Order: sequence, then C-alpha cells, then structure tokens
Amino acid sequence: MAQDSDIQLRRRKEAEKTYGRGRKIPVKSARDKKLRGNLKNLENKYKDATIRAKDAEILLENTGGYLEPETELERTYKTTQDDIKRSVPVSTAQMGFELKLEAGPYVSEYTRNGRELLLAGRKGHVATMDWRAGKLGCELQLGETVRDARWLHNNQLFAVAQKKYVYIYDRAGVEIHCLTKHVEVTNMEFLPYHYLLATVGNAGYLKYQDVSTGQMVIELPTKLGSPTSMTQNPHNAILHMGHQNGTVTLWSPNSTTPLVKLLAHRGPVRSIAVDREGRYMVSTGQDLKMSVWDVRMFKEVNSYFTRQPAATVSISDRGLTAVGWGTQTSIWRGLFTKHALEQEKIQSPYLAWGGEGKRIERVRWCPFEDILGVSTDRGFSSILVPGAGEPNFDSLEVNPYETTKQRQEAEVKSLLNKLQPEMITLNPDYIGNLDLASAEQRQAEKDLDKTPLDPIADVKNRGRGKNSSLRKYLRKKGSKNIIDERRLKIEELRKAQNDKQNKRLKAVEEELGPALGRFARKGA
Amino acid sequence: MKIMALSKSQTAHRTDNFVEKTARNLDPALHPFARAREYVRAVNATKLERVFAAPFISQLGRGHEDGVYAFAKDPYSLERFASGSGDGVVKVWDLSDQSEMWRTQAHSGIVKGMAWTRDRKLLSCSSDKAIKLYSPYDTPSNSSPSATYLGASGFTSITHHRSLPTFAASSSIISIYDLSRPSSSPSEVLTPNSSGTINAVSFNQVETSILASCDLDRAICLYDLRTSSQISKATLSLSANSISWNPMEAFNFAVGSEDHNIYIFDMRNLSRSLNILKDHVAAVMDVDFSPTGEELVSASYDRTVRLWNRASGHSRDVYHTKRMQRVFCAAYTPDSKYVLSGSDDGNIRLWRAHASERSGIKSARQRQKLEYDASLIERYKHMPEIKRIHRHRHVPKQVKKAGEIKREEIKAIQRRVENRRKHSKAPAKRKSEREKIVLAVD
Repeated sequence: MAQDSDIQLRRRKEAEKTYGRGRKIPVKSARDKKLRGNLKNLENKYKDATIRAKDAEILLENTGGYLEPETELERTYKTTQDDIKRSVPVSTAQMGFELKLEAGPYVSEYTRNGRELLLAGRKGHVATMDWRAGKLGCELQLGETVRDARWLHNNQLFAVAQKKYVYIYDRAGVEIHCLTKHVEVTNMEFLPYHYLLATVGNAGYLKYQDVSTGQMVIELPTKLGSPTSMTQNPHNAILHMGHQNGTVTLWSPNSTTPLVKLLAHRGPVRSIAVDREGRYMVSTGQDLKMSVWDVRMFKEVNSYFTRQPAATVSISDRGLTAVGWGTQTSIWRGLFTKHALEQEKIQSPYLAWGGEGKRIERVRWCPFEDILGVSTDRGFSSILVPGAGEPNFDSLEVNPYETTKQRQEAEVKSLLNKLQPEMITLNPDYIGNLDLASAEQRQAEKDLDKTPLDPIADVKNRGRGKNSSLRKYLRKKGSKNIIDERRLKIEELRKAQNDKQNKRLKAVEEELGPALGRFARKGA
Repeated sequence: MKIMALSKSQTAHRTDNFVEKTARNLDPALHPFARAREYVRAVNATKLERVFAAPFISQLGRGHEDGVYAFAKDPYSLERFASGSGDGVVKVWDLSDQSEMWRTQAHSGIVKGMAWTRDRKLLSCSSDKAIKLYSPYDTPSNSSPSATYLGASGFTSITHHRSLPTFAASSSIISIYDLSRPSSSPSEVLTPNSSGTINAVSFNQVETSILASCDLDRAICLYDLRTSSQISKATLSLSANSISWNPMEAFNFAVGSEDHNIYIFDMRNLSRSLNILKDHVAAVMDVDFSPTGEELVSASYDRTVRLWNRASGHSRDVYHTKRMQRVFCAAYTPDSKYVLSGSDDGNIRLWRAHASERSGIKSARQRQKLEYDASLIERYKHMPEIKRIHRHRHVPKQVKKAGEIKREEIKAIQRRVENRRKHSKAPAKRKSEREKIVLAVD
C-alpha cells in the first residue's frame, strides 16, 4: 500500500513538472468559509487536470527520432547525410534535398506548420514552395535587393524587406501592400498571436505594425545604431535584438526603452535564437563565441568557441541548436536541459554538415519534422537531423496536415483570439492575476475604527535647509489662514526647531571666536 | 549507429471517409500565451453574452384595460396563468401561445389577490369585500362564480394551502376559509397584535401549516395554523409589500419592502436578515422566488423588474421598456425559464429569465460552446474589463438619476452617523446593516 501511494505521489510530481499551474494556493489560510471551499475545489480541479493531462500522454501517436551510437567508439557527429538516408524510410529520405539557385545568398523561412518554404535571394529572387511535394507556389524576380523575408500567420501571406520598403505579397505572388513606413529594413519578425510585424532597419528604429488592422502600433528608436540580428522569444513575444557593440536588448511595444540590456559579446552579435519555452537564448558573436543564456535570470550558462564567427543560429522544438559558421553547420544537443539544475558543457556537436564551399546564410528548423533547412549563398539544402522535431502536434494549435477549411477556420479563430500589443510582458502569465497591492490598501481603508495617523508626528525631526520635512509639510498642507489646534502644534514644533538651531549656531560662533564667528552658518 | 527519424505521410491523418483526425498534445510548450488567449476568449464571451441579451419576448394577448395588480400561477400547470386587474377583470392565459383563454368581470373593485386551488379552480379577492371562486377550466368565459365569500372589509391578499382545501385571505385580520365546508364564513380568524392592514399573506408550501404575513404597521408575522397562533413577529423600519417563501429552503423567505430593498429572512431567527438585496430606487411591490430557490424576481414602483441571485446583494439583471409603467407584480414561470411582469399600463410581459439564453434545441457543439463561455466568464469575472462589460446595463434616465441621488443621500446619512460617533464620548457598538433594519422582535 505504502509503495503504491509512493508511486502515485511520484506520478503526480512528474505531472506537475510539465503540466502544473504554478504554486498552489494556501487554501487553509483563507479565512472566509465560502472562499476556502471555492479555492479548495479549484485546487482539486487543477490537480485532476494535471494528472489527466499526464495520463493523456499515452494517446500521443509518435515518438521522437534519435541518433544513438551503438558502441563507445562511435560518434554521432561522424554520421553523414548518406548514412542517415540509408537507414530511414524512403519517404523520409526524400525530404533531404538540395536546390541550386543563382541569386544568392538566400534566406529561408518555414511556415508555422512547416508545410511551405519561403526562399529569398539577396538579388531579388523570391520563391515559395510546398517543399514536400516539390510544388512551386509562386516565384518573383523583384530586381532589387531583398534583405529578409517572413511568412505571416499562415501560408497565405508573406512579407519581404526590399531595398527601400517592406512589401506584403499573397500566396500567388501578388503585391498586396507596400509598407512605406518601414524604410530600409534589415530584420523582420512576425508575432503570430499578436498579429504584429516588427521590423528594424539601418536607422535602428524598431517598428511594430498590426497586420490585421494595418495600424502602426509604435515606433521605437533603439539608439544603438544598425542592429546586427533580431529574433523573438516565442514564449512571451519579446524581441531580442543584437547590436554592433555586443549588447543584446529586449524590446516590447510597451516601453520606449529596452526592457533588458545585456552585454553578450565583445563584438557585434551575429545571431540570436530563443528556445520555444522561452528559457534559454543562444547568441553568437563576431568574437568567435557562442554563448548560452538563461533568459529568466539573464545569466550566461555556458559559452562555446566557434572557429569562425557564426552567422546564424536556430533552436529546434526539442532543443537541438543548429549553428552555421563559414561553410559549416554544426548541430548541438543538450546545450541546455529543461529541468537540470546545473547545465553541463557539451564537448562535441551532435551532427555536422557542410564544408562544400557554400557559405551558410541562414539555418531554420522545419517544425514537426526532423529537417533542418540551410540556405547558403548558392541555394538551399534540406538536411535530415534525427531527433530535432516535435513528434506530436496539436491540430487545434498548429496543424501541419490542415485542409483549406481548417486553415480558414483557424484563421478566424486566431483573429478572434488576437492578443493586444499591451499584453506583451516578460511574464506572459501575468494576465488574469489579481492586483494584490491595491487589495491591501482597500482593506486598510475599510477599517473605520482605526485611529487616524497623526501627520505631524510622522514629520521627521530633521530641521535643516529649505526643504526640511516640516517646512515642506507647512508649505503643502499648512492651510495658512486657519489657526487651529493642528496649526498651533506645527508652529510650536517649528519654533522648537528654530530655537535648537539658534542655540547650536551660538555655540559654534563662540567656539570660532570673534573673528571667525561670522562664518558660522545656521544649517551647517 | 541506431538511427530513427520522424516519418509521417500526408494521408495518414485522414480517416477512410476523409474526415480529418484531431491530434492533441497538451504539452504547455506547444500552447504559448495560453492564459492570455483564454482571457481574450473570456472578454469575447462576455461581449457576446451582452450582444445576445434580448430579455423581452412578448406581452400576453392584449393585456388588461386597467393596471395589473394580481398574479396567480397554477401549481399543476406550466402553461396556465391568471391575472387580475384594477377594473375587477380576471383573465386566464395560455403561456405557450401567449393568448387569452378565459376571462370574467369578477369584481367591482381592484383585484388584490388570486390563488389556484388544488382542484384547479381560481380564487380571487378584491377590495370590494368579496372572494370569488371560479373554475376557468370547465366553464366558458364570463360565467358566474361557483362560490362567493363576503368579508367585513376589503381583502388585500389571498393564499392557498399546499394540500388541504383551505385558503387564507387578509384584510385587517387573516381569515382562514375551508372550501370543503358549505359555510361562507371563515373557519378560523387570526388577529395580529398590530393594528395595520395586512399587505400580504403567504402559506409556506413545504412546512404547510406556516403562514407569513406583512402589514402596514411594519410588522412581519409568522403564524402556525396547528395552534392558530402567532409564532413570531419582527418589526422592520418600513412596511413590506409582499412575501415569498423559498421553495427549496423552506425556512427562508423574502420580503419586498417599501424602503426599496428586499430582505431575505430565516424564519427561525428574525432578529437579523440573511441578506439584503439593494438596487431598486423605489418601493418593491412584489417579489417571487424562482422554483429553484436560487434566484428572485422583483417588481418595483420605479418601473423596472430586477432579477437577483439569492446570495448576492445586487441585482443580476434589470428589465425595463419604454412603455412599462409602475410594476405591481412579477413571477417566475414554474419552469424557471421565464419571468412575467404585470404593470400599471395593463400589460403582462413575458421575459427570459436569462437575457441571452435561447430556448431552441441546441446542437452538442453549441451547448458545449455556451458552457465553455459561461465558465470562462466565471473564471475571469474579477478582471476589471470583464466585470465592467458583464455588469453594464442600460437603465432609464430617471432610474439612473434616482439611483445617483439615493446614493448621495445614503452617503450623507452615513457621514452624519460617523460624525456623531466621532464626537460622542462612548459611541455605541456598530450594528451590522442586516441587524439594523429589524427594530424589534417578539
């Protein structure tokens, strides 16, 4: 029996680790009977839900991929793409492919469900494709510089940062909007739950535009020059921006100054990535460093050496970190682990790819697949990385298999549930909390029988200078023309202070003697 | 090297008949902003609830020619319902198609009270000193009464016993009549200690021999028919207009008072009220518990009908129309889904008990959505924005103004009391609002 309950307890603890809803309410401390009952019910409900959620794990259909050495001498990073392709099903092996393109260097982006790919070459070639089927969605030759490209909330729209302005195109490649307020944009981010397109250009102005209403939400001067990199924290929609001087700043549309400024590198920050739970950040810099940060404490966990400055970094759903440096891509596993107290330093990467003379421009993980998309100056490569993708999707959140109807339905639903820009905070669970401070205040005001505070007694007996607290009180609340008990009390206090000062002055004068006495001052 | 990679086919997520499978993964990492999105859904649900709020359904037939001053629900029927008006006309209505079923010119004075007997006959009492017994189910309209009881003075209220063929009618005394006896004189007379006219009497339908009354002399009295005596009496600060027993908690009853409030009392302890329901800005003319015992409806002289939760101090909803005059009676229908109100303008109006609820058949998904929305609102009801939207009601200008003035006046009184306390040597102990209203108990 004892063992049985022990197992149950352990199970509950495990469930609470992933599905728990934070600290429990101390039910017993609630004095009100009705409230106590309600809270107790609520707590039981939460407990039940947590355990049920844990139990529902049995229904998950897929297990994640892996790459495991069978002997001690084997190393995972020695596995080549050919090795992997040989030992996975044909349908999966086909997902590794290569595109040779001319207008490089290219940037790449997957849609949120990983179905479609957006490629944008610096020289003006933009293409979207259903990469699994190899079907081209649209292809544009823009004839001007393209610096960045981004899918919006689904595969129907994408934004391209061109030479001067940002343009929004639809699925067929028709220009829908020209955002003339966004000038010479270098980096873009799209916050899918807030429908905000955030851009930053050479001038260093961070601009948030609501793409559902078309309104410019806010323009923020970063005052740190042209940014070198930008990414979003998918957990709380805060933007992380890397700068020339090695700082990483955190931005929200609700503050004109950065929420956090941290010095990450001794040189320009080349690239930043944040994991999906918003706990760790990996940044790479021109100083040949890749550092892992704990974003909750803003503390560096570990730092690694890169042989060349890493131009791009990306974190997969299961915590694999892909780093593109020079012509190489290394993939790291276990740079951070969720529940570990101490993060260990990893000695060797998990996988490696490249060295074929193609300069890596951007690495992006394909959601829900074991695929890493690497865009280079000469095209795009899709490589297989077992164990990278989230094996089980939630079709009510982001569905990689969605039909047209489902997509339309999801679009309407997500627009209805659109979060307002004001709701972006460092702690996204802040919303729905009670304002406890004012509750205390209200409680204090409620007590009618309390003896009123004596404001004069509170005034400190510090009688110096123009702004002594007594003088200030007299000035602010002295009510000059009313001579009442309070006023008399103040006058008396003031007189006592003055007398004390005069006495002290006299003593000092005497001490200094007749010649120097005139230099004595009252407040000294 | 052991290698395994995810492999999914595009068709695997489709069942045979091309229905998409739903895959769930409850890992919080896959659901960012869960709480914020839930809050937004709660705001939307609250807004939708207000959007769909359409409390008024219809009026019954063409109403009465004079004001409606009495209601009677048939305890054995969901659809039959009787009303009496100021010109002495009594009508019986069919609630399902809101039409008039039966009518008669019963009295020459105002119909003050009505009650259904257990054999589905209708009793009506009037200020013309008569109580008449009709059988609307068996006789055509305008037929003569099957019995008439004459009293010494005008009757004000009537109530029927739960099981016995006995009814009580009030004037300055309470007369108990036995329908099974041929005599037209009361079988029993209860004389209250106080001298005022009795405003309302009501039989407890669970503890069947208990009778409650309220009179113009500000007293609430409880009688026991088994001993034919008064059990207890409480004197309030102002007189009460109506009494309604809670059908589920047989010992609790609500009184609608002249001082704009509704007081809920426990009959075992009349020294303090269980709850005070404040929101009306004029005298409460009628109050009725819902059959569930959880909610109340009240009719007021301020031309509004208010719906209340038994446990909370302010009204849940307020119903009014431009043409509705002083409301003199209100009642829940026996299925607790609808509310009826009778007003001075002669109309009987049918309202929804929950303004945004619809009675049609709902699909399972629709029902699920409504339940989900309700629980969302419940969960986030403390948030300022949701609270504001949820509580917002349009009230007539006069009512709003009167409310503001009343608040000011109450504040002034409170200030005065506080000042008096501040300047007295030994201030009296504070009394709770619920105790203050009871002046005396015996």
